[in-house]
Amino acid sequence: MHGIHLTIVLAPLAAAIVAGLFGRQIGRAGAHWITNLAVGSSFVLSAMVLKHLYLDGGQAENYSLYTWAVSEGLRMEVGFLVDRLTALMMVVVTFVSWMVHIYTIGYMHDDPGYQRFFSYISLFTFAMLMLVMSNNFLQLFFGWEAVGVVSYLLIGFWFKRETAIFANLKAFLVNRVGDFGFILGIAGVVMFTNSLDYATVFASAGSIAAQSVEVLPGIPWNAMTLICILLFIGAMGKSAQAPLHVWLPDSMEGPTPISALIHAATMVTAGIFMVARMSPLFELSETALAVVLTIGAITAFFMGLLGIVQNDIKRVIAYSTLSQLGYMTVALGVSAYSAAIFHLMTHAFFKALLFLGAGSVIIAMHHEQDIRKMGGLRKYMPITYWTAVIGTLALIGFPGTSGFFSKDALIEAVRESHWHGQGAVYWIAYLSVVLGVFVTALYSFRMFFLVFHGEERMDKETKSHLHESPWVVTVPLILLAIPSAIIGWFTIEPVLFGGFFGEAIRVTSEHDVLARIGETFHGSWEFIVHAVTAGPAVYLALAGALTAWFLFLKRPDLPEKWAEKFSGVYNLLDRKYYFDDLYIKGFAAGGRRLGLFLWKSGDELVIDGMMVNGTARSIGRFASVLRRVQTGYLYHYAFAMFFGLTLILAWLLWA
Amino acid sequence: MIGLQHYLTLSAILFSLSIAGIFVNRRNLILLLMCIELMLLAVNFNFIAFSRSLGDETGQVFVFFILTVAAAEAAIGLAILVVVFRNRRSINVQELDTMKG
Amino acid sequence: MIFGQFSPAAPEITLLIMICIVLIADLFVEDEKRATTFWLAIASLAVTAWAVLASAPDAHTLLFDGSYVSDALSQVLKLFAIGTVAIGFLYARDYLRQNKLMKGEYYLLGLFGLLGIMIMTSANSMLTMYLGLETLSLSLYALVAFDRNSATSAESAMKYFVLGAIASGTLLYGISWIYGITGSLQFDGIAAAVRNDAINSMPLWFGMAFMIVGIAFKFGAVPFHMWLPDVYQGARTPVTLYIASAPKLAALALILRILVDGLGELHVVWQGMIMVLAVLSLVVGNVVAIAQTNIKRMLGYSAIAHVGFILIAIFTGSQDGYAAALFYTLTYVVMAAGAFGMVILLSRKGFEAENLADFKGLNARSPWFALMMLFFMFGMAGVPPWVGFFAKLNVISAVLNAGFPILALIMVLASVIGAYYYLRVIWYMYFDAAEDRSVFQADIDTRIVLSLNGVAVLVLGIIPGWLLTLCINVIRTVY
Repeated sequence: MHGIHLTIVLAPLAAAIVAGLFGRQIGRAGAHWITNLAVGSSFVLSAMVLKHLYLDGGQAENYSLYTWAVSEGLRMEVGFLVDRLTALMMVVVTFVSWMVHIYTIGYMHDDPGYQRFFSYISLFTFAMLMLVMSNNFLQLFFGWEAVGVVSYLLIGFWFKRETAIFANLKAFLVNRVGDFGFILGIAGVVMFTNSLDYATVFASAGSIAAQSVEVLPGIPWNAMTLICILLFIGAMGKSAQAPLHVWLPDSMEGPTPISALIHAATMVTAGIFMVARMSPLFELSETALAVVLTIGAITAFFMGLLGIVQNDIKRVIAYSTLSQLGYMTVALGVSAYSAAIFHLMTHAFFKALLFLGAGSVIIAMHHEQDIRKMGGLRKYMPITYWTAVIGTLALIGFPGTSGFFSKDALIEAVRESHWHGQGAVYWIAYLSVVLGVFVTALYSFRMFFLVFHGEERMDKETKSHLHESPWVVTVPLILLAIPSAIIGWFTIEPVLFGGFFGEAIRVTSEHDVLARIGETFHGSWEFIVHAVTAGPAVYLALAGALTAWFLFLKRPDLPEKWAEKFSGVYNLLDRKYYFDDLYIKGFAAGGRRLGLFLWKSGDELVIDGMMVNGTARSIGRFASVLRRVQTGYLYHYAFAMFFGLTLILAWLLWA
Repeated sequence: MIGLQHYLTLSAILFSLSIAGIFVNRRNLILLLMCIELMLLAVNFNFIAFSRSLGDETGQVFVFFILTVAAAEAAIGLAILVVVFRNRRSINVQELDTMKG
Repeated sequence: MIFGQFSPAAPEITLLIMICIVLIADLFVEDEKRATTFWLAIASLAVTAWAVLASAPDAHTLLFDGSYVSDALSQVLKLFAIGTVAIGFLYARDYLRQNKLMKGEYYLLGLFGLLGIMIMTSANSMLTMYLGLETLSLSLYALVAFDRNSATSAESAMKYFVLGAIASGTLLYGISWIYGITGSLQFDGIAAAVRNDAINSMPLWFGMAFMIVGIAFKFGAVPFHMWLPDVYQGARTPVTLYIASAPKLAALALILRILVDGLGELHVVWQGMIMVLAVLSLVVGNVVAIAQTNIKRMLGYSAIAHVGFILIAIFTGSQDGYAAALFYTLTYVVMAAGAFGMVILLSRKGFEAENLADFKGLNARSPWFALMMLFFMFGMAGVPPWVGFFAKLNVISAVLNAGFPILALIMVLASVIGAYYYLRVIWYMYFDAAEDRSVFQADIDTRIVLSLNGVAVLVLGIIPGWLLTLCINVIRTVY
């Protein structure tokens, strides 16, 4: 098994090196063949690992490959922990990555940086696998930083665009904030356990929780709470949780396959994975879990709202990703780690599908991304259309789709999470996730209708060239549509209620909301029936979809007639504008004004102006002053030496 | 009676003179080379004085080595001086300032 | 052994004989390319390396009435010095040929300099140390000036020579005081005298202060660093490569032999001085490097910053610290050789790739060598897992163990500032368009060795264990 694990990790790395360094020699076809083969075989092997662990009942493996260094008894190692949680992540990562590799052949077809692009995405796959397969904090951090670096490289892939460079920088800076917390968290772990190894740290979790530290003198903190919150700050950066979410929408400047792979399916879920992996730690701090829950709930609801007012097709999906990441975080906050990972998995499929679908639309539209200039694409692009139907339904949680199972289970888990009490945190979380369903459906279908239905608003030139994308683009769409549609049916039971993760995820019994839901779980069909008869979620989703249909598809032809006849009640009746007003002038503009304020005062003035640029500028100024000491005159140099000699002699007398 | 401390003082004075010569002189490179020689002579004085007072010959042996090295050093210094002059037609210390910062 | 009772000094004797052979052989070489001289020089290095390896590894052998010592430290330093000089010779070859500078002098002076370095590493008395130092320094002065038609080379040689002479004069003045107080020139004799009665002798401290000036000059520690940027910039790049690499090993030998072997008992006294120099070097080196546009000069200031790390490691006065300093120096030398090798690689006939801007778009010209440069820059910046990270980590951990967290903090901050200018090179290589698309003219063997050099910076970082163990063992057997 060890050989297989190593092959899974190293194949993409080798392919990345070959494609990156010898891109010119092997040519474009060589680059995409080698990377596709490598990632494809990683996927097949990962599937074998999952099969071995789940169907064949294999044991989880935890071993060190190589001891990098031993310092003060602290072992720095490279090693793998391959249990079912890891195996599931490996399958998801390699599958989505492989699909994106295939898709890229079509999407980047005319780009001069073709080989470089393949090299980067393969390198990303390697780094992400290192991250999920790690058995220690150091390697986790390595993978964490490595996926970050590749992500910056890819956001800035078109480095000749000003906006891409800006987005690149923004992602880098915001992630530094998260990483700062993360590395402090790891330092905390090392401080209390003198170990980086997961197993050792988890075994001594109890003793950490029993200690307290005084960060500010006089205010004792529980050590575990502190460590968990610091680690979670890292997760907030990587998984774009409010208020560290700002980089993700901008990261859409990168090529679309990247948005699908890195900024939807895999890298941004690293934070979720990390918290799930650290469940033995997080379980011991209810304060930390409450923080996680609150942040997740805020992100889930408010980021969804923003999705409604976006007009860039990729940005709509980006906000949707933020909102869905919020859902996962909420699940973590109520100790439903399995539900979070389950949603992570289904989300990876349907969100990658949506992004790649958006990419297909963008190719057809000749890189036009404004949904107001689209419409009626259904008849030109049938495959993209139908896969988008599946993706959108899965996203809103239409009964039977994969997204339905994961999201509904998640909402149930929040409702059951009485251990947080019935106070503010509980209600914020519950209302956020339930109302979020409506919002999700609204923005999803708004985009869907504006793109595929209604009037054809593009110009004639574009219209005359509209056609379905080539097979390298549509095949990944179909392959992703299949799990998006059906995977929930047969995975919900084992993953959530069947103890699929075994020892990988630890939940204390009083926190175990999923077990409580599991008591009333009688199969997937019953689950759908229950959701349709009892829960508000399904109806909210339908209501959102209907609202979208009414506002964005049905209305647009009416206003003009009505405006002529009843100009007085025009505004009152025109609910479309009512909503737009509410969102744009109310939420969005208010949010924007608040955002602008925070950005101007917080980001620009304090962080950029005083801290980042200020430091850089003052160091720069210091440097230009200091370099003037180096006058070029020999006698000044000699004088400096005698000055130094005097300094040393003075020190001698003084000491 | 002239004792050890007198020699040491003389040598310290010579040393200080050579130092002063190096950064007071801003014109002629040859003067710099002379100051360096003076510095080595000051050191030699020290060695010989200590050697005498310790009754140990190694100090004097050291002086011979210093003299030899000083000769080699002067040769190289003058050679560099020639190169400088060939390239710039000047041996002014103040003009050696193309590299700075 | 051929050299009978002198066999512990076999490496130096062998090298000297070989130098004479090269010197005479070069007279008869008429070939413009001087392949004979080059290969003879490489052969001399190989023979010398063999002589080092052939002498007993763990012995602590004294020779010439205790003026010369052959021990594990000297052997490690000699081997690394021979290795880096060999690499430097190879990198220099194509450059010298293209610029019509292919004369025997470069190789001869290089070999003489190496002889000086080797003598310094094996010095057990002030006299031996001084002679080694002068052999090295005089060769370096001449090397810097060796392009007779370059005004900048001449200027930097003059500066180097004058300041170097002042430094060695100061060092000698210090030595004379130490000799006067302790009555001995040999390090063990000095150490014994200090231990017995001279610990609190102010004149001894006075002499030591002068010696520290000489040592700090050799390292290029602030404020004795003024020569360094000018010489790095003014010398032809192969010469800069030479100065930037192997002599650092000699400087380490100088400080370890004098301050630790000889004046180890005075640790508390010199500690403070070294600390001031180290902190100044860290700050000035890293900060001023940011303002540079000439890459040789920038690497010069970066060298000053690295010296800060080495000095701080020495400052701790512990075995851990010395081992960290040794590790740091050995690995730094490898990185510096590679980085200047890259500068040479980018240069061609009549064009010096001296400016940072010359690295723009390197990735588009040659992804492999851009990657190598990235390795060197990441290595110097101390990004894990490149070896520089590990070197810095060792020093920081030694400093923490010695109980100076503030110093550790300063080192971390300085490294963060330092990372900026290394990353700027990488930024230029990967995110800027190339202004110049010419093809490199280096021969295949140069390319291979440069690649190996780059890969070594990464591999040493991934498997630092053996080298670290080696350093610790060397320091344990010596101290």
